[in-house]
Amino acid sequence: MNHDHTPEADGSAADGSRRTFVKQAGGLLGLALAPPLTGFAERFAAPAKTLAGPTDLTLRVNGTARTLRAEPRVTLLDALRENLDLTGSKKGCDHGQCGACTVLVDGRRVNACLTLAVMAQGKEITTVEGLAQGDHLHPMQEAFIKHDGFQCGYCTPGQIVSAVACVKEGHATSDDQCREWMSGNLCRCGAYPNILAAVREVAQKGGAQG
Amino acid sequence: MDNEPKFFETNPQAKSVGQPMDRIDGRAKVTGAAKYAAEYPLPGLVYAALKTSEIAKGKIVSIDSAAAMREPGVVAVLTHENIPKLAQTPNTKDGKKAIGAPMGFMPLTGTEIFYAAQPVAVVVADTFERATHAASLVKVTYQQEAPVATFHDPKAVKVDPAKVQDGKTDGHTRRGDAQAAFAAAPIKLTATYNHATNNHNPMEPGSTTAQWEAADRLTVYESTQGITHTQQSLAVMLGLPREQVRVITKYIGGGFGCKGSCWPHTVLTAQTAKAVGRPVKLVLTRPQMFTSMGHREDQQQTLRLGATRDGKLTALIHEKVSTASMWDDYAEPNSKIVNLLYDCPTFESSYTLGRANVMTPTFMRAPGEAPGSFAIECSMDDLAATIGMDPLQLRLLNYAEQDPSTGQQWSSKGLKQCYARGAELFGWSKRNPKAGATRDGRLLVGMGMATASYPVHNSQGTARARLYADGHAVVQSGATDLGTGTYTVMTQVAADSLGLTPDKIRFELGDTKLPTAPNSGGSVAAGTVSSAIYLAAQDVVQKLIKVAVLDKKSPLFRAKPEDVQMKDGRLQLKADPKKGEEYTALMKRADMSDIEGSASGKYGAGYEEAAHAANADPAHKDEAGQHSMHSFGAHFCEVKVDPELGTVRVSRWVSVHAAGRILNAKTARSQIIGGSIFGIGSALMEATERDPNLARYTNANLAEYHIPVNADIPDMTVEFVDEHDPYINAMGVKGIGEISMVGVAAAVANAVAHATGRRVRDLPITPDKVLAAKAVS
Repeated sequence: MNHDHTPEADGSAADGSRRTFVKQAGGLLGLALAPPLTGFAERFAAPAKTLAGPTDLTLRVNGTARTLRAEPRVTLLDALRENLDLTGSKKGCDHGQCGACTVLVDGRRVNACLTLAVMAQGKEITTVEGLAQGDHLHPMQEAFIKHDGFQCGYCTPGQIVSAVACVKEGHATSDDQCREWMSGNLCRCGAYPNILAAVREVAQKGGAQG
Repeated sequence: MDNEPKFFETNPQAKSVGQPMDRIDGRAKVTGAAKYAAEYPLPGLVYAALKTSEIAKGKIVSIDSAAAMREPGVVAVLTHENIPKLAQTPNTKDGKKAIGAPMGFMPLTGTEIFYAAQPVAVVVADTFERATHAASLVKVTYQQEAPVATFHDPKAVKVDPAKVQDGKTDGHTRRGDAQAAFAAAPIKLTATYNHATNNHNPMEPGSTTAQWEAADRLTVYESTQGITHTQQSLAVMLGLPREQVRVITKYIGGGFGCKGSCWPHTVLTAQTAKAVGRPVKLVLTRPQMFTSMGHREDQQQTLRLGATRDGKLTALIHEKVSTASMWDDYAEPNSKIVNLLYDCPTFESSYTLGRANVMTPTFMRAPGEAPGSFAIECSMDDLAATIGMDPLQLRLLNYAEQDPSTGQQWSSKGLKQCYARGAELFGWSKRNPKAGATRDGRLLVGMGMATASYPVHNSQGTARARLYADGHAVVQSGATDLGTGTYTVMTQVAADSLGLTPDKIRFELGDTKLPTAPNSGGSVAAGTVSSAIYLAAQDVVQKLIKVAVLDKKSPLFRAKPEDVQMKDGRLQLKADPKKGEEYTALMKRADMSDIEGSASGKYGAGYEEAAHAANADPAHKDEAGQHSMHSFGAHFCEVKVDPELGTVRVSRWVSVHAAGRILNAKTARSQIIGGSIFGIGSALMEATERDPNLARYTNANLAEYHIPVNADIPDMTVEFVDEHDPYINAMGVKGIGEISMVGVAAAVANAVAHATGRRVRDLPITPDKVLAAKAVS
């Protein structure tokens, strides 16, 4: 098919990683997870005591710092939807299988349902609500409307966020490549050919700003 | 009624209808502003989670909620022992009928377990996480019994039903003596087709937010294809007058049939909200989506086909065996399409149900037509191969000039044009008639096609149009937009019907406070709601004309109302269009701030019958309801098959449909593409697996229940044949949501057979089956 590599395969930008999680979760988590040589399983068994109950979190979403109080088990997706009333990101499976919850974390596409909110502190989170500049839609949003890249609209926020990243990654340079790199976002209405047309148009115009 | 206007008469040159207008709701959907049922942050909202049964058959001995109740934030654990009682349950035949319930059983009404993942408790907490975790702490003790997983199990009790599909379809059909005709046929083909259990799996899980506004007044934000139906069901079950239940569905994240009924989780949410005195939100998990809202039943069809040596059909005998629940005689009506697709003098069909420990199956996109067409269309290709005829030629040879199942004339049938145009677009003439003989490198290439057909069901609905003196209008109907484009196409219809531009129309749907509309299902919504809107607009226009001809200052003063027409926002004389005025001028002069019209739109046989009943000409009285109403189409598919791995990839696709008036070329194309992809999923990858011993589900998630992804789908070509049908409704619309899927699995299977020379009759056509398949006889 194609011979692209994921960004982390180059060894460069690997992120959302455990190392970053430890570094950024700060004192409370850091203590719980120390020492660094502890085995993987033990580290994850350890924090339960320390982190039970709600804590104050600050998430930087669409350029704005938002504070909320939530338990450490709250996913980024549920924090956005239930605590911050940012319901654009959708829950389709809650297991990273459908891509409806795709958001950008420091510019990289991530399944928000597989990311704990507490891990996303200190990072720049972009949701579908953050793509447009006021009334001015992002070119990808315009292209989805023009090419009818959706029907019910439920997978659409994830598709669009994913598509923005897909173009930036350089994974929309051919139809086959773009299909492959958009295949983590399921669409049950079957808008795939239209989604492809939208993403390819934006890629060809070189216009995935934002 | 005889002078009920028709769109093609009043709007011979439609300006907006038919145009590829961008979706009205597009902006809301691409910005995340569109609000779905689980996205209403009501004050005091609490979260419900279902505890479901770990066994598929047995009895609840006890439920221990203590550990769950000790968790912080937990508000309640409701079981059959303490949930508020329902006024009516579907557990009796009468109750089921009164409710319009899809399933003759309501969980939490007793101790019996009938199917795996049957809800046994509802846990409520102040957060989603707490409710979910607490549900895992509810301990249920069962008295377990050995379940039955499918009709294949010898223990499954077999039923020969008089009716299937809640009484809508006869269990046995006979036309002529098919057995004798088959016995005498020079060419006899017998084939058995299997279809796996399929689940709809819309991207938005079933979701309910329920709020009691008062002790006797409920508002429900629901992910449903039919707000009226949900309102009716909830009202009966909760013992409320219907108007005291309000159902709101502004956006719905797909449905495909599973959201066409009011399922138990919705009722449980309303009961729970009552019990805890706060608004409650319940969102089904993806695994629960496999056991909460029905499914397409696993089924086996045996089709016997008799024909002359030159390929003329003489007999069709269709038998279906399928898995049913313990209570309901539900089976998709596969036989209907087998009975009417081709000109065949004899036909016989039967249904057999095997009772198993599953929930009740339900309609899933093209229920009956999709699997039924798989059987008949594969057998037609086998017949073509047997006698050495081109498959498309064979279909033309057996073309049904009238409905063989009823003898009625078709209201319209553009199938021949679909065949011709589809073949041209696809390049069917380049197909090598020899199977297994076309290659692209090491891959085998196959070309297949199949016919599609779907009925125009009987339906009706209402709409209201209010025109304001400043020249804009609000149009309303309690329909839903599944993503089919209802918001958009109804805006286009309203614009043309009122002589306005679409930007002057606000179309509202999805609220039971609005005029009643049917479910968005069975392809009835587009034709029914558009007709109601068109006629409501005509009501407005007729009222305005009455005002004009009585207004001394109007240029139309003393004109006969029937001589006046509305065109482009003007009222004018038909004979002398210059004589007239803009209706905004008329309304302002008459000091009318607005004017309202309403109407009921009929769809299908009811429309034709009403038109005939109103027709004064007794010579034509007996023609009422004389037409058979169907849409038709053809799918053409190219596949590439890896001969060593058995993998199948669809590499080209062409669909051409004749479905009456197409309301929006862009959204209609999307619907056909979507239905085709849905069908490709059923053809190549979709199967819900139940453990044969435990009757529990082994792949109830989107990682293991495979649906097509972007990389599975090639570019697709879609066209429509212009079709004018005056018999079906005021707009001449047939609807396309269902037909888009009919025949798809057969087109793929036929292409695989052509590529490999082997016939796979078991869906989905996975690589193991391709490699194991035997050569076509």
